[in-house]
Amino acid sequence: MQVFRYSQARTVEGAVRANGTFLAGGTTLVDLMKLNVLQPPAVIDINGLPLDRVESLPNGGLRIGALVRNSDLAWNETVKEKYTVLSEALLSGASPQLRNMATTGGNLLQKTRCYYYRDTNYACNKRQPGAGCSALDGFNRIHAVLGGSDHCVATHPSDMAVAMMALEATVHTQGPKGERSIPLDEFYLVPGDTPEKENVLVPGEIITHVTLPPLAAGTRSHYLKLRDRAQYEFALASVAVVIQISGGNITRARVAFGGVATKPWRSREAERALEGHAATTETFSRASDAAMAGAKPLQYNGFKIELAKRALVRTLETTTQTA
Amino acid sequence: MSTSIIGAPVTRVDGRAKVTGAAQYAVDHSPSNVAFGYPVWSTIGNGRIANIDTSAAERMPGVLAVLHHGNADPLFRPAERFEPYSRAGEVRPPFEDDQVYYYGQYVALVVANTFEQAQAAASAVRVEYQPRPSVVTLAAAPAPQQPPLLHYLRGNAVQAFDRAPVRIDQTYEIPTETHNPMELHATTAVWDGDRLTLYESSQGVVNHQHVMSEMMGIPVDRVTVLSPYIGSGFGGKLFPWPHSMLAAMAARRVQRPVKVQVPRDLMFTTVGHRPLTHQHVRIGATQDGKLLSIEHDVQQPTSLVDTFVENCIGVTSMLYSCPNVGTQQQLIPMNIGTPTPMRGPGIVSGLFPLESALDELAVQLKMDPLDLRLKNYAEQDESYDPPRPFSSKRLRECYQAGAEKWGWSRRTPQVGSMRRGNEIVGWGMATATWHAGRGSATVRVRLNADGTARASCATQDIGTGTYTVFAQVVAEKTGIPIDKIEVVLGDSSLPDGPTSGGSTATATVLPAVDQATQGAIGRVIAVAQQTPGSPFYPGDHAQTAGDPPKLAMTAGRIHLADRPPESGVPFGEIIAGARLAALDAEARTAPDPRDEHRYSSHSFGAQFIEVTWDPGIARLRVSRGLTVIDAGRIINQKTGRNQILGAVVMGIGMGIFEETLYDPRNAKPLNNNYSDYLVATNADVPDLDCIFVEYPDLHLNEYGARGIGEIGLAGVAPALTAAVYHATGVRVRRLPVRVENLMAGSQQKIA
Ligand SMILES: Cc1cc2nc3c(=O)[nH]c(=O)nc-3n(C[C@H](O)[C@H](O)[C@H](O)COP(=O)(O)OP(=O)(O)OC[C@H]3O[C@@H](n4cnc5c(N)ncnc54)[C@H](O)[C@@H]3O)c2cc1C
Repeated sequence: MQVFRYSQARTVEGAVRANGTFLAGGTTLVDLMKLNVLQPPAVIDINGLPLDRVESLPNGGLRIGALVRNSDLAWNETVKEKYTVLSEALLSGASPQLRNMATTGGNLLQKTRCYYYRDTNYACNKRQPGAGCSALDGFNRIHAVLGGSDHCVATHPSDMAVAMMALEATVHTQGPKGERSIPLDEFYLVPGDTPEKENVLVPGEIITHVTLPPLAAGTRSHYLKLRDRAQYEFALASVAVVIQISGGNITRARVAFGGVATKPWRSREAERALEGHAATTETFSRASDAAMAGAKPLQYNGFKIELAKRALVRTLETTTQTA
Repeated sequence: MSTSIIGAPVTRVDGRAKVTGAAQYAVDHSPSNVAFGYPVWSTIGNGRIANIDTSAAERMPGVLAVLHHGNADPLFRPAERFEPYSRAGEVRPPFEDDQVYYYGQYVALVVANTFEQAQAAASAVRVEYQPRPSVVTLAAAPAPQQPPLLHYLRGNAVQAFDRAPVRIDQTYEIPTETHNPMELHATTAVWDGDRLTLYESSQGVVNHQHVMSEMMGIPVDRVTVLSPYIGSGFGGKLFPWPHSMLAAMAARRVQRPVKVQVPRDLMFTTVGHRPLTHQHVRIGATQDGKLLSIEHDVQQPTSLVDTFVENCIGVTSMLYSCPNVGTQQQLIPMNIGTPTPMRGPGIVSGLFPLESALDELAVQLKMDPLDLRLKNYAEQDESYDPPRPFSSKRLRECYQAGAEKWGWSRRTPQVGSMRRGNEIVGWGMATATWHAGRGSATVRVRLNADGTARASCATQDIGTGTYTVFAQVVAEKTGIPIDKIEVVLGDSSLPDGPTSGGSTATATVLPAVDQATQGAIGRVIAVAQQTPGSPFYPGDHAQTAGDPPKLAMTAGRIHLADRPPESGVPFGEIIAGARLAALDAEARTAPDPRDEHRYSSHSFGAQFIEVTWDPGIARLRVSRGLTVIDAGRIINQKTGRNQILGAVVMGIGMGIFEETLYDPRNAKPLNNNYSDYLVATNADVPDLDCIFVEYPDLHLNEYGARGIGEIGLAGVAPALTAAVYHATGVRVRRLPVRVENLMAGSQQKIA
């Protein structure tokens, strides 16, 4: 860890003006500072900001402060009942201790677990643009099959963000140029040839809250995370489904994948294959084939394609069973 | 008091200190003015250090010294080839020269006023290397030298195999596994003049003391090693590792106490591991399942700086009755840190291929795997010529009790034939074994005038319950309640005790605690008889001449042997009455060498594992486990059960999670942290049960107790992969079992 300046922000405006690296739960930031992967000169502690509430919106949606802890959000009554997929995703992530610290904003911005990103002795384009990618011919079992490039194949490891993607969340920020609302779907960037740029935030811009749109009555949702062990491991493949059925037909479907892509991966291909079709196993497998049609396996992660497909089929079965 | 405290489920006497945080571990000791050492380690797997630039680091705040091969004080090699009690984890002392033999080797140590300053400065040390290609896989290693390091032959195994009507010929692989105890290795080194005190996390304080004396080049009586609490070791803390010498060297250099804690990354490189093994097994059998031949060839890497042998083939020649057995093992030096014993060394690794091959044979013969084991039951240890009787073997009872409790007869052999709801259930079993050993120990027991007792010995409790076992024996012999017995361990200045390794500590110390306690009781009795004013002083009773009446100690009281304890006096009153503070006695016990050559002593067990397989989403979970153990008499049901179940949990990790991944490009263990190196979490641990069939093995010691620390792991992995085969039809011969292997091999499509 390197020497850095530490200050506490009292207001959102002050935090933006301070133009440093925000410290929320610290479970990503401090970890990577200890590894010298992140070496911010100035750390702005935002834990004192009043961004820690979960509130129902007049339109029936939900507003989640950026500092709401993952545990609090997961156990929130409204989230448990209405946005089940989000509660399940949060509870499948990390460990109880980590979830007690981790925040909504921090979780959206958590960094990849790529071994080579986390060790400064390796070439990594995300850490050091132009240096090369050690994962391409390295041990890439945990890496992405979707959204990768010749420059980076690191996965975005968040579970929460995958659920929010399927819920069509919006990220609200305040930056040097004022406030913005960014649909989550437009928030993340695929690596392309600039893997160091992971999202559309500009320096100094702070996430203030996230909003979830209301869900129509009868909407069902579910998060399924597949991994080697039962707890405390990032996903090998995960899927979030938010779905409405009417008379055996799927009227609306939102599908997002985790663990397999360079960003929380919304699959419009899967959604198209589902919407307007009967909720049958054939439809489900067609949707899963469509979702993974563009997948590109690396040496050790080819199995993720089939695993993600199976995860989607099972989740669709689960969510449509008694509907 | 009756003898029932032996075997009772006595709660750990050190438990409260541990769960309340009162227990001080090596790094918790903060002598005044302590400084902190933080290492710089090699980031190449092979080569030499061309240059070390410490100038920037030295200028950083709080930095006291930066030590490396260019400026370090000399260290020496341990005399391990020549001496007992002199085994280092790695014979090459740190900073011996400019050579790099593995990734994560110490190349410098920064000493600073605070941990953070040392860590920050360590990252400012610039090291230039002249790298050479490193070798971390067997495929890349040069062919092993002949002849093999270990070999064994009885009969003619090759010929018997060639002629056998039924044959199994398979290769198995276990990857490198890393101990990963929760407590990081650590040393706090304090010099007082020419005396060195080390607060260590050590499984052998006496060995540690001797090695440090040799490697630091100071007399052994100047070194004290203290290790009262150990946050587990699993074998990784048996022998001193380089950080201990570095802490001592740094403390001498900066003239202050120095703490060095091994960072988690280096727990994967500089403190040992279970080496990967590549094992070829060939078995020949008759159509009705009688073994005709077993061949077992092992290749095992070691480091380039030391020779560690993981004897995987010893078990092959003794476990089953078979006329022709040929085994051999070769060592292959590679660019890795030195391997070291990890729970069940050799046998755990050797049993995976042997027991797996037997399961494959059972499948081929369409025979029940348990029946196959019974068919080849070894009544004697055939590895000796002539065969030796076992000191006690109750494996048949283990199989029987296990099969009954498990409901093994309900198993249907067809792959995928057993279901629970939508999931497929698989059952597997394997034999477990571990050699029983016993060493020598000296124990001191002191009976105090205030009615308390104290037992002490330079052994240690690595979390297994040794403290409690000492207290139980003293309680049994004296009737003093457990909470009035102080047990002092983990201090090399106490009477010599054993290393906590090889599942031998309990069998070793029991006789010595017993005899020392009896010795102390004898002294109290003598004082009772000889002290005027004592109720047992002959003068006071005007009794008839002749021998004084026989006295005994029961329930903490000295009394006439033929009268009830209540008729006597608390022992403390006898001691106080003679104006003494305490009476103590020391006893040294050692195994009877004649028994060692007369009998073969081993523990045995049967292990059953159930897996649940959801083919639709390729999800495998271990859902049940049962272990039945014949380890002689169990001294403490609670800590005993805990050892077995804990080992099974470790076996689940070995079976489906654990693998240290080396990057062939720079020899780095990639998954060198608790997040990426997977072990079983609570959620992965199902309902586990354990049964002890208790037949005291009186040839080993008068309590009839053998060790139980390691055997619980021995058969888990093969039982688990057998269960996986039963559920999925996929035979996994390379651990750990991974979803991708199951998806590729399993015929069961989306359910
Ligand atoms: C061992 C381990 C296992 C884990 N397993 C999982 C898992 O299975 N699934 C999973 O989803 N996650 C997992 N995580 C990741 C964990 O969820 C994240 O570390 C956590 O959510 C980050 O939140 P935080 O508040 O601690 O972020 P911080 O570490 O405080 O911040 C993370 C980043 O976000 C920035 N930031 C924080 N808040 C804001 C804001 N309001 N506006 C702008 N920028 C901000 C920071 O500057 C920093 O760059 C794991 C983490 C660890 C250490």
